[in-house]
Amino acid sequence: MENTKCDCGHNNPVGTVLCEYCGKPLDESGRSDPPLEMRYEGRARRSQTRNTTLFDRVWNFFSSVKVAIWMILITLVISILGTLLPQEQSIPSNRPEIYYAQKYGVWGDLFYRFGLSNLYESPVYIALLAAIGISLVVCSLDRVVPLYHALKNQKVTKSPVFITRQRVTRTEPVSVGEKEALLDRLAENLSAKQYRIRREGDSILAEKGRFSRWGPYINHIGLILFLFGVLMRHLIPGWYLDESVFVREGETEKLPGLNYYVKNEKASMELYDPGEMPPSSENRQPVVKKYETRAVLYEKDRETGTLKEVTRGSIRVNHPLEHEDLQLFQADFNTETRAILLNVKDKKKDRVVDTIRVDLFDPKPEYKLNGGVKVNILNYFPDFVMEGNRPATKSENPNRPAFIFSVDAPGLKQPEKSWLISGANLDDINRENRYEMELKKLETVNVSGLMVRIDKSLPVIFLGGIISMIGLVMGFFWHHRRVWVRWKEGNLYIGAHTNKNWFGLRRELEQAAEKAELPLSFSLEKR
Amino acid sequence: MIKVMEYSLLATFFFYLLSTVAFVMAVTGKGSRAGKEVHTRLWGRRGIALAIGGVALHVLFIVSRVLVGGHFTSNLFEFTAFLCFAIVSSFIILYLIYRTITLGAFVMPLGVIMLAYASVFPRDVEPLIPALQSYWLHIHVTTVALGEGALAVGFVAGLIYLIRWVGENPHSATATWLEVILAIILMVVGFVLSSFIFGAMDYQAAFQHNFEGRMVVQEYRMPAFVGPHEGVTLQADSFLGWKEPLMEAPSWMKGEEAAKKLNSVIWSVLSGLLLYGLLRGILRKRVYEILHPLVKSLHLETVDEISYRAIAIGYPIFTLGGLIFAMIWAHEAWGRFWGWDPKETWALITWLFYSAYLHLRLSRGWHGLKSSWMAVGGFVVILINLIAINLVIAGLHSYA
Ligand code: HEM
Repeated sequence: MENTKCDCGHNNPVGTVLCEYCGKPLDESGRSDPPLEMRYEGRARRSQTRNTTLFDRVWNFFSSVKVAIWMILITLVISILGTLLPQEQSIPSNRPEIYYAQKYGVWGDLFYRFGLSNLYESPVYIALLAAIGISLVVCSLDRVVPLYHALKNQKVTKSPVFITRQRVTRTEPVSVGEKEALLDRLAENLSAKQYRIRREGDSILAEKGRFSRWGPYINHIGLILFLFGVLMRHLIPGWYLDESVFVREGETEKLPGLNYYVKNEKASMELYDPGEMPPSSENRQPVVKKYETRAVLYEKDRETGTLKEVTRGSIRVNHPLEHEDLQLFQADFNTETRAILLNVKDKKKDRVVDTIRVDLFDPKPEYKLNGGVKVNILNYFPDFVMEGNRPATKSENPNRPAFIFSVDAPGLKQPEKSWLISGANLDDINRENRYEMELKKLETVNVSGLMVRIDKSLPVIFLGGIISMIGLVMGFFWHHRRVWVRWKEGNLYIGAHTNKNWFGLRRELEQAAEKAELPLSFSLEKR
Repeated sequence: MIKVMEYSLLATFFFYLLSTVAFVMAVTGKGSRAGKEVHTRLWGRRGIALAIGGVALHVLFIVSRVLVGGHFTSNLFEFTAFLCFAIVSSFIILYLIYRTITLGAFVMPLGVIMLAYASVFPRDVEPLIPALQSYWLHIHVTTVALGEGALAVGFVAGLIYLIRWVGENPHSATATWLEVILAIILMVVGFVLSSFIFGAMDYQAAFQHNFEGRMVVQEYRMPAFVGPHEGVTLQADSFLGWKEPLMEAPSWMKGEEAAKKLNSVIWSVLSGLLLYGLLRGILRKRVYEILHPLVKSLHLETVDEISYRAIAIGYPIFTLGGLIFAMIWAHEAWGRFWGWDPKETWALITWLFYSAYLHLRLSRGWHGLKSSWMAVGGFVVILINLIAINLVIAGLHSYA
């Protein structure tokens, strides 16, 4: 490809395929008749013209669509692997190193070891996305610039070789006398089909929908913006927050990492009435209709330390509470036992002396009752287990509260020890006692699990999405069509090119030609 | 209103079925006195009219379903039925552009199968759990389905291309693979048919077995080739004297419904092979050879373009629904616009696949044969998301 001077006299840059001036193919070593390669108008791209510095090499690597396709396919395959087993964030355990091996055996273990259990946040995956991003930038720049120049500087008069080697082309003998009127009629009828017409001597260039050529690039810009927004969340401190907080009804909790507090005024759950359920689901479990938390958001004054209300409202699934960038989502709901009410019963007199209320989160050491009866809590195990033969607690959550009380009353020689373990019958142990602790009632409280989020990238991410969509629609629902007509030495040459939807182009040409009293068939079947 | 809903669904089904018949008549008929051309045009027109009528009835069904239940895309029945609607609508649009009658003879049966498959799922109107109570549910799911409908038409056109191409190259590897694909399609048909038939017979069987320390019951709707591992038959209808499972599921298939799913797979494979055997036995031809006469008048380049065009229409719609709307909704519901649950990840995989398709086509010149295989592959990815992910790996999207 040494000689880049065209027969028409125009000097083209190295790497050019079709003469920039007349469109004639330059490299005719493999002289044959297949349609011309029209991509980027046969223009030279940067990646084809420079290959010396390191920068050039990197540029060329990322500008290759082949490389891009490989990156897309690798991302695709790796993504599939990650869906074979659940990801870490959705397993019911926070010990993944044990969980996968236990639940799924050898494969589970391998899954964990290869890092597939947290694939989508892994450096490899993020690097792949970043590489696609770089590739998008480089590739688009590499092509859009020459494409823009080529389309802007199009010449109307093209070499007959160029025209007859288009995918859609016809040549008809037309005499000198007829040609002027025929060219006029063709121009007029193509114009009626919304083509923009340029004329130059015996040549016509009709073009429409050029803007759709920018669709893919606009789409790529949107994708880049999107990826950029995603990356920013990890790079800029305070840009992104993803935490959760559990708040009991009536309580106020600090939001992790923020100077805000949230109060849960009321948390509730509503079920569907049986009447709202389809008949066949009678014997199924009830279905939840609504989870709701009535919340108040406070900001802590840094100087005085007091809480100042900033907003309040109800949080439901799909309806978060928002304050500036902060959003609180309803994510979890459960009911906890908060307190127990105990009847202290005198077995000898067979009557209840008094009732005490023990707060499971904050039990008092001593309770004074009617008739001088006194109850002390000797020991409290919120989450009772036997470890060997010693009682112990698994956690601070009152999942299975157990107590050792000591009861003292005027008539007793010495205080009695009384055991109470929720869910266990301890009559045997406590048989000797005169005073019995009898469970009267459990007091429950609803707990809301709220997700606490800040995501300042969202506008960028969604803007990226919108731009990307605009690009897609431009590129796919419109088409760039061009028709070249030239009369030369007794022949009329017609050639046409589109970037997609050839069928429509053929039909349009046929209709325009017929109206111009030049009945030509452009359809495939009758070629 | 419930009556309207039920009858409109039934009527839709028959319209699609009749449209299938009309299209097949159009492409196979020898043409009587009037001659081949007139015959084809006449039956083609009947086919498209029936398809349009079917779509109108389908709209009636959707509207009445919304009036009765307030929503129409919240479970598998509703979603699959809507996908069927999307496929037929996309076909009609492409038909209006390209006027290819042959396409109808292949797409309309797909619509029929989809609708039959939908009706295999429970059809009750169910109340929405809180996470689904959002208008984004409808916006997201309908756009996804519309996109997938167009992509499905792209798949059918790709298949037609392959059949057309293989007819002239019968000894290629493509011929063998195409035959395999057609056999798999017959398995899906077999599954739908057997579910449909046993559903109509109201076949029931129940087996109890131990699952992670609890006793659970699996209810079968088809006779059991395999029962649960160490299961006990609670109750089983007799089908031609066959009641008990022929064998037990292997012990490593531990999932709660694993045996039932395995049984469905066995039914699909066996009924598919039976259909395949019948076709080959009776017609003494390979399946693609049976189909080839239907497509041989088409121009390869046109079929390629139809397939590409359908995908070019479906891709942006799918992007909008499956990614962008999905993100907006996920953001509203869970506070994160992307959660990497299997369903979402597979939507991304589908999208990456079609992106690769478009790039390969545009810059590597993958037209025709390769492009058609990719159109087929893309639909397989969609089906994996639709069927496998729902049945095997249930994610946050517990419904569809
Ligand atoms: C996952 C990410 C990507 C998506 C979703 C995407 C999407 C698209 C779409 C939809 C088109 C239009 C195709 C058509 O008209 O048939 C396109 C074209 C194109 N893409 Fe991408 N793309 C992605 C990544 C890339 C990357 C990384 C590169 C860089 C190498 C690239 C280079 C191109 C080029 C050169 C075109 C052709 C534009 C033209 O000639 O009109 N794409 N892309």
